[in-house]
Amino acid sequence: MNSSTLSGKRGAISPLRSFLMQLKKNRVAYAYISPFYLLFIVFGLFPIVAGLYLSFFSWDGISKALFVGLRNYARLLTDPMFWKALYNTAYIGVFAHIFILGGGLVLAYILNSDLVKRKDLFKTVYFLPVVTSSVVVAIVFQAMFGTNSGLINYAIQSLGLHRIDWWGGKGDYIKPAILIMFVWRWIGWNMVIYLAGMQGIPHELYEAAEMDGARHSQVFFRITVPILKPIILFTILQSVIGTINLFTEPLVLTNSMKGGQNNQGLTVMMYLLDKAPWGNNLYGYASACAYVLCAIIVVFSVINMKLFSPDEAEKPTRRRA
Amino acid sequence: MKKILLYASLVLVGVAMLVPFYWMFVLATRSTSEIFRFPPPFWFGDNLASNFANMLRTVNVFGSYLNSVIISTAYTFLVLLFCSMGGYAFAMYRFPGRDKLFGILLVTMMIPFMAGIVPWFIMMAKFKLINSYFALIVPGCANAFGIFWMRQYCQNNVPGSLIDAAKIDGCSEWLIFFRIIVPILPPAFAALGIMSFIGSWNDFMQPLLILRNSRLFTLPLLLRYLQGDPMRGADQGVLMLANTLAVLPLLIAFFAASKYFLSGLTAGAIKE
Repeated sequence: MNSSTLSGKRGAISPLRSFLMQLKKNRVAYAYISPFYLLFIVFGLFPIVAGLYLSFFSWDGISKALFVGLRNYARLLTDPMFWKALYNTAYIGVFAHIFILGGGLVLAYILNSDLVKRKDLFKTVYFLPVVTSSVVVAIVFQAMFGTNSGLINYAIQSLGLHRIDWWGGKGDYIKPAILIMFVWRWIGWNMVIYLAGMQGIPHELYEAAEMDGARHSQVFFRITVPILKPIILFTILQSVIGTINLFTEPLVLTNSMKGGQNNQGLTVMMYLLDKAPWGNNLYGYASACAYVLCAIIVVFSVINMKLFSPDEAEKPTRRRA
Repeated sequence: MKKILLYASLVLVGVAMLVPFYWMFVLATRSTSEIFRFPPPFWFGDNLASNFANMLRTVNVFGSYLNSVIISTAYTFLVLLFCSMGGYAFAMYRFPGRDKLFGILLVTMMIPFMAGIVPWFIMMAKFKLINSYFALIVPGCANAFGIFWMRQYCQNNVPGSLIDAAKIDGCSEWLIFFRIIVPILPPAFAALGIMSFIGSWNDFMQPLLILRNSRLFTLPLLLRYLQGDPMRGADQGVLMLANTLAVLPLLIAFFAASKYFLSGLTAGAIKE
């Protein structure tokens, strides 16, 4: 009798009850992982959802928010300054990353091979800029790019060329200056990531290639780069996000929120934060801007994955199996 | 010959990496008028003491030092605590929904959080967290990357048999974690801790939005303030000295631990 009621109860157990029982049984594990999910929901997910909502309103933070539909987006996409900022960001991002990723890959290849000694010293020195603060680095580079007493113009003049007015004039040299500093700062980081990936490549592969008489350039392009494809994809994605977030360096280098002469150093992140919350109080407009930038990141990520994913063709069949 | 060329280019890159630091040190010992001279100074001057005195007169560097130390230390401590707990649970426990939850965690690493930066700021303002360190320490402390990192390490280095044995001996879960698991983790703590500390120490954008009171400024904010204020920023020697003081601890720490740190970074990434 007793046992039959028990089993009856067991059969009628509600999904909620069983869920709670599982929760209780595994409470330690859930407790250990819960901080991440709680913080993510409150400080990550909620603001992102709220940002989409806010982007359809006009709000100054004090008076009542006014629903404006897509007007924030329309205004943003017709603002020449936004396009200028986007162009500046893309210009810096593309040219800088040719050197950052390409240079990082070459340095990693050399420091992973048996070509040189004292590899740890080189690695340490190349990684040094990554450890330092963007603000410090940008202040030092501002001095290095000084027109009359900067180290870089001194070097240029010593070579018999004319000094460059890096920050003045029409501002044509602002982007190259930011770009140079950006490369200096991040090449070591990417080198270390590639080095990590290269340690996963079996040494026999290199030895076999060497026995076959392959030159280093061949080994680099035929073995190293193809194997590192997923890691290169990862670094490209990181670089896109990093470029869109580019803010501190141009702000400090040009010493202005507007990106210096003719806004030549204005990046999209500076444009966004200047609308709200750092400069003005155009909260809805800034949210729309943030969403457009995110859309750009997402589009880039998808293109990247399509272009670089090594087993794109195999994936559907694998899933079916 | 080829080898010499290779070394030469590697050394050249290395020099390019070091020159800005060297020049920063040099300018920290020079007066403003010397700094703006042409050709620029290449060797150390004798203005260090006066720059130092001027610096102490104009800004509260040591107050900012303390602020930076408090924020970065608290942040790093919480990162290590929550990420090791999370990583350990994902690696060593079986529970319903584990793989799905871990999948969600991985996906969050791809989300550009900048999408929510405006509401994030409004939320902090509504919670009265402007000018509080909470906003800089807590929201990011249980981060996906750290949990992922610690999970990898636990999977490869924590023997399941050890936990079973401890359970049979009647150890509580809490005791198992702090007495048995945590002592295995220092190598993973080192790399993740250094990365977290550096990130927090150097962060500029979040403190810029959150800390509006100059007494609460972290070092990057103080330096930006020194540079941006035309009255104070005019003194380049002071600025470079403050710069030097801000990066010196990290440079020394990194040089001392670089081998350990770099190998930890690379080792962690292989197992991805």
